Amino acid sequence: MSRVLVGVKRVIDYAVKIRVKPDHSGVVTDGVKHSMNPFCEIAVEEAVKLKEKKFIKEVVAVSCGPTQVTETIRTALAMGCDRGIHVEVSGKDYEAMGPLQIAKIFAALAKKEEASLVILGKQAIDDDCNQTGQMTAALLDWPQGTFASEVTIDGEKVKVVREIDGGLETIKISMPAVLTADLRLNTPRYATLPNIMKAKKKKIANMKPADLGVDMVSRVEVLRVDEPPTRLAGVKVETVDDLVAKLKANGTI
Amino acid sequence: MVCLKGFWSFLPYSTVISLSYTTRLYSVCAMRDTILNSLLAAAHGLSDEQKEFQKMAFDFAAHEMSPHMAEWDEKEIFPVETMRKAAQLGFGGIYVQPEVGGSGLSRLDTSVIFEALSTGCVSTTAYISIHNMCNWMIDTFGNTEQREKFCPELCTMDKFASYCLTEPGSGSDAASLLTTAKLEGDHYILNGSKAFISGGGDTDVYIVMCRTGGKGPKGISCVVVEKDTPGLSFGKKEKKVGWNSQPTRAVILEDCHVPVTNRLGQEGQGFNIAMRGLNGDLPFVSMVCYLMAIYIFFSSRFYHLLVRKQFGEALSNNQFLQFKLAEMATKLVASRLLLREAAVALQESRSDAVSLCSMAKLFVTDECFNICNQALQMHGGYGYLKDYAVQQFVRDIRVHQILEGTNEVMRMIIARSLLSESG
Repeated sequence: MSRVLVGVKRVIDYAVKIRVKPDHSGVVTDGVKHSMNPFCEIAVEEAVKLKEKKFIKEVVAVSCGPTQVTETIRTALAMGCDRGIHVEVSGKDYEAMGPLQIAKIFAALAKKEEASLVILGKQAIDDDCNQTGQMTAALLDWPQGTFASEVTIDGEKVKVVREIDGGLETIKISMPAVLTADLRLNTPRYATLPNIMKAKKKKIANMKPADLGVDMVSRVEVLRVDEPPTRLAGVKVETVDDLVAKLKANGTI
Repeated sequence: MVCLKGFWSFLPYSTVISLSYTTRLYSVCAMRDTILNSLLAAAHGLSDEQKEFQKMAFDFAAHEMSPHMAEWDEKEIFPVETMRKAAQLGFGGIYVQPEVGGSGLSRLDTSVIFEALSTGCVSTTAYISIHNMCNWMIDTFGNTEQREKFCPELCTMDKFASYCLTEPGSGSDAASLLTTAKLEGDHYILNGSKAFISGGGDTDVYIVMCRTGGKGPKGISCVVVEKDTPGLSFGKKEKKVGWNSQPTRAVILEDCHVPVTNRLGQEGQGFNIAMRGLNGDLPFVSMVCYLMAIYIFFSSRFYHLLVRKQFGEALSNNQFLQFKLAEMATKLVASRLLLREAAVALQESRSDAVSLCSMAKLFVTDECFNICNQALQMHGGYGYLKDYAVQQFVRDIRVHQILEGTNEVMRMIIARSLLSESG
């Protein structure tokens, strides 16, 4: 068991009030605070924990995007990852980038780095796609343990407790595998001051999607972005008959 | 790191008055976002590394300190466990050398960290900065044995430190202190008392400035007194207006025997050491102030001016309040710039460092107190209630104009420096 790839995504910080661009082509990202996707933080924490328990030797943090994503990789390094890979994607390619393109990149990297595990966050808080992990596993033809709330390595297999609508499901899958982290998997650590400083010396390799033989063409086009409709005031009624009459008039029943 | 409770408990802006834990946490996070993003962005001009430190400190403050700030103040709790958690992240000896357990960062790095930490709790951050100052004094002026004996445990906060200079009879006129230290064989016998000692009675290591020689600053030496040394006792815990998360007591020395090996530096060097420690801490004292002001500023902006309506309009449409806000913002940016300049001057050991630090302390503490006070005013009656954090900040910040050199003493220092240059 040697290497784990962890995907980290740079997203708008969860506490920021999102504003839609005036031309409705997307949301305002310039000058807005960004940070690591919370589920990616949980993924990094899990990988670092596995390394501390000596199940794996090396954790590699990977992010795709323009130069700014190196900040996010550095945060991952400060949390305990050993090295980073920055896959450069910018401009129109970056705007059109979606789970399928990322999945292709990760699949290629997982093969290149001979990873035993790929750990991702279950979804990103900007697009809420919840697809990248699943697509990566499909492209690699690897088993997947998604929505993981508990991960245990057992020899060449991984026991994953998954959070599903009906409750908790426990599965055992062989490695190599793809895992996606859910909320309760762990509590991410704070980076310590010494680790932040050590992170400066850790290497971040640069590459382009073309180097991995990945074509970034997207088959999805964003037509328009709008704010959710403002909540309208409700109407109070006195009796049940009034309620039924109003619902009928509204066409609801 | 990520505040998961806050993440899932998203509350709409309109729930201003409710002050549950989650609202507070969300509000701190929203504040943090604006602080980091806006015109007043605290992250401008920082290196990538410094941004990481700042982010980490903000997160720690938001999750580990801010939720408890009001309780610590009300119940006068000295938050030992939380501070030890901070120490695990390296906050026990931020600018202390790594070989004795410190983090080895610069003054500017440290000021950035304290800036962020104080959004969680002013009083606790102020104590952490005092602890760091004492740790640094031992690290810088102590010999190898002293550094190895004291610093590692101070860095992990297994032990806490206090700085003892002020006496009942000597505050601003610190060099006139009366606590004596008579040499007898291989021990000093200390007699005297110190007043207003932060942490006094609950800390383990006391850095005591005492008189080994004649009158004036040159007769003062600096000695480390450990808790439980016979002859070391404490006065009652003072009841203060603010800074309630740190106990303040008088430190009483009655025939207290301290080994000569506990003296830092040479005899007669004590005053110099004491002042170097304080000068180093000036940016931090002011920093704490500054950040509180910023916090309050945004609290007023978001949670009050934009939401509260009177005479049919939001308060933020009132031109007087708009102008007041503009003035507050301007003073805040000026404060931050002056503080950072002072921190850099200190780091580079520039000749104007002392003067700059004094100017920074004077300006920042005065202005930031005014800002917090104005913010309280803007909150109207609510500002006066203990349910709202504004009043705690006003109370906690008020003392910054007094301690570590009153603002009057700051003026003395600056004037002296100006007049000697022109002479």
